[in-house]
Amino acid sequence: MAPKKSQANAAPVVTTGTTTTTVPAVSTPAKKPSSDAWSNVASNILSHYQKTTPQRTKLIDLFMAFLVLVGGLQFVYCVVAGNYPFNAFLSGFSATVGQFVLTASLRIQTTEANKADFPSVSPERAFADYVVGSLILHFFCVNFIN
Amino acid sequence: MAVATASDPSPIQVLADVGKSKSLRTLLRVLILCFIAGAAVSSRLFSVIRRSSPIAHSKRRMVLTAACFESIIHEFDPWFNFRATKYLIANGFYDFWDWFDDRTWHPLGRVTGGTLYPGLMVTSGAIYHALRALTIPVDIRNICVLLAPAFSGLTAFAAYLLTNEMTTNTSAGLLAAAFMGITPGYISRSVAGSYDNEAIAIFLLVFTFYLWIKALKLGSVLWGALCALFYGYMVASWGGYAFITCLVPLHAFVLICMGRYSTRLYVSYTTWYALGTLASMQIPFVGFLPVRTSEHMPALGIFGFLQLVAFIYYIRSALSGAQFKAFLFVGLGAVFGLALLALVAMTSAGYIAPWSGRFYSLWDTGYAKIHIPIIASVSEHQPTAWPAFFFDLNMLIWLFPAGVYLCFQDLKDEHVFVVVYALFGSYFAGVMVRLMLTLTPIVCVAAAMASSQLLSTFLSVKSPKVKDPEQEDATDSSSKKAKQNTGSLRSANSPYVGVYSFLSKGLVSGIMTIYLLLFVLHCTWVTSNAYSSPSVVLASRMPDGSQHIIDDYREAYQWLRQNTKEDAKIMSWWDYGYQIGGMADRPTLVDNNTWNNTHIATVGKAMSSSEEVSYPIMRQHEVDYVLVVFGGLLGYSGDDINKFLWMVRIAEGIWPDEVSERKFFTPRGEYRVDGDATETMKNSLMYKMSYYNYHTMFPPGQAQDRVRGVRLPDTGPVLNTLDEAFTSENWIIRIYKVKDLDNVGRDHAAAASFERGHKKKKATKKRGPRALRVE
Repeated sequence: MAPKKSQANAAPVVTTGTTTTTVPAVSTPAKKPSSDAWSNVASNILSHYQKTTPQRTKLIDLFMAFLVLVGGLQFVYCVVAGNYPFNAFLSGFSATVGQFVLTASLRIQTTEANKADFPSVSPERAFADYVVGSLILHFFCVNFIN
Repeated sequence: MAVATASDPSPIQVLADVGKSKSLRTLLRVLILCFIAGAAVSSRLFSVIRRSSPIAHSKRRMVLTAACFESIIHEFDPWFNFRATKYLIANGFYDFWDWFDDRTWHPLGRVTGGTLYPGLMVTSGAIYHALRALTIPVDIRNICVLLAPAFSGLTAFAAYLLTNEMTTNTSAGLLAAAFMGITPGYISRSVAGSYDNEAIAIFLLVFTFYLWIKALKLGSVLWGALCALFYGYMVASWGGYAFITCLVPLHAFVLICMGRYSTRLYVSYTTWYALGTLASMQIPFVGFLPVRTSEHMPALGIFGFLQLVAFIYYIRSALSGAQFKAFLFVGLGAVFGLALLALVAMTSAGYIAPWSGRFYSLWDTGYAKIHIPIIASVSEHQPTAWPAFFFDLNMLIWLFPAGVYLCFQDLKDEHVFVVVYALFGSYFAGVMVRLMLTLTPIVCVAAAMASSQLLSTFLSVKSPKVKDPEQEDATDSSSKKAKQNTGSLRSANSPYVGVYSFLSKGLVSGIMTIYLLLFVLHCTWVTSNAYSSPSVVLASRMPDGSQHIIDDYREAYQWLRQNTKEDAKIMSWWDYGYQIGGMADRPTLVDNNTWNNTHIATVGKAMSSSEEVSYPIMRQHEVDYVLVVFGGLLGYSGDDINKFLWMVRIAEGIWPDEVSERKFFTPRGEYRVDGDATETMKNSLMYKMSYYNYHTMFPPGQAQDRVRGVRLPDTGPVLNTLDEAFTSENWIIRIYKVKDLDNVGRDHAAAASFERGHKKKKATKKRGPRALRVE
């Protein structure tokens, strides 16, 4: 999953609603045993995600995960069973990819931490843009799918 | 009009200084933009109205008695576009989409609907129907002729918008619009009558870039989607869309490398790419190319790379430094290695086509000459000569680096774009004459930034007053340099720059104004003299200075239209294919859409071989007439003898053992057409057709070719398999009819020799040698 927050390290993250935390200065010094470090990395990411993500954003993330799944399935099908109606594959696959990046954009724009990056984009505006973008995307996909 | 616009910033500046109301300034700006659009349009009309008003002519295009250029389509490609537009108007959009054209590429035909960029035709078709809906009856030809000037006005507006994104100084935008409107580098492709893809493509190029900058600045999905839509329109219009496809990812890549990744970049780029690629795939001619060819791979690569970068940035917010480093090395290294491997594997397995020849020729200018003569043979694919830059851009070319330098002053994301575009564009403009067109917009923008900076610095009437109250106390009231301020804050304050003396102000702004005026003069001169002649109609000066119109092309095409069968196949070199199709309405063997190299080589072989070889080829292709262009009488250098070596080369590429370029050169390595020409040259069909009967024009021994400047032999070539059918007034076009097979089964040489009254030579005597009877 590729949700992200820019430069959240530089400014202390102030998240919405329930949990208002600064980034926990993760300073676990485990360095040498690599397996240990890796599990640490994973657990740190997980805990960070749990702490700083509001419920609505988690829904968005779920949708994105679903899109990745569908896109992956289509890709596997293409590799395994051939890409015969290449139009159909391309439009199906790029519909998922396009929807994924549009959703990611929506997620970025609505995240509190990124407020400074988008002075002119309110959450409502972000959602309206998202709808417009998706409409265009699906118009092209339907036109292309044959 | 253009003069007024060029020096317009001064009233604006004055008004701004006086502090007039905002609405007045807006009104002025709109007015100025309208004037600029007017100047842009009117300076492109030289080709249509010159000296006298156009003579009223009938609906038919071939009016031979016109005394000035009228509203006609120019050059070669526009004729095809015009023909396609007429087809679109006549048959509707769906038929146009499925159009199979059996009147070109004679035996093969061409899937025209799937192999063209429909943007131009659809645009003029839409304008046509819109005007009809408004009950303005207008001829489609006039729309086609005037489309390019109309869009140039829009281009000027787009340049204004783009420049305003770069700088806060609004006068820069106006200057850029003025530059864009009248710079010859752009006019060369957009005069009235040059109904070519570039006519609308340059507007779309500039506007797409504007939308891209806007999207990047705001980080808005909406602007990104708009950018993608216009990108789609651009793809539908011109093959040069690859320039955007490469430039935008490059900009994004440079930004990431500079450590300027931002979420805005992610939003705008991914939106643009996801929607734009889908939009581009809607065009049948482009189809799957965006996922198949290497030209499009940078965009895809940057798209993937951005996902990765975004993910990493997210992770970075969650991890400590050391852990993040470990993650970065392992994760990023693995992903990069995999992606590179995949790309190499896919390319070698043939899923992704390697770079196409036209693109190779962009890197290695000698490439095309060796491998793809057909690309090298087009004059606009040649490398640019140095004077061309000055000729096309005049003073902008030296303001251009200054403008780029100014971008470095406060290097924001959009300024990086200017720098990247400037580097990229300059390189390509140097490689190919044609790509001067893509450089022109950024030159205008950068030059406008530089000159407006200069003007606004030197045109402010007020002497600089020190703003800082603390400094104001320190300095005396006389406007000397305010530098002697003490205090530790000096370094913190930005130095206040200004000009104090009226002399230097007046001098610099005066010189600048003179330069601007000279620029306008230069542009007007270049436009009217170099870029406004419609190459279909040649203009020359008589000894007394009056203009003489040479209209051989249209004369010949009209002859074809009126004197040949509806389906008579015309063989000519591919340059004239579109014109024959458009003006004479006859099927051709090859045309300017050079999609089938072998077919062109076949024509080249027929032209460069002897009659015995050519005749079967022409019979096989059902050729009825052969058309050659010959400039020897008039001194018209763009004729077929001068292009002949390209025909030979292209034919040699396919039949190396039948056609050899070397044989057309004398032992001393000269390309000659006079008495010393090689036998192969003298026997070639092209030579024979060009010089057939030519010597009869002159007194004996005086026959002269005025292009090559040589004296020709007294006895002209003999043609056995062709009949001269038509020769235009100035001998520019010569048309020959291919003879039918002989009635009594002789070969043509024998038949022709019989016609000339030579007796058939007896091969053997009927009786044997007389034997002396000895008894």
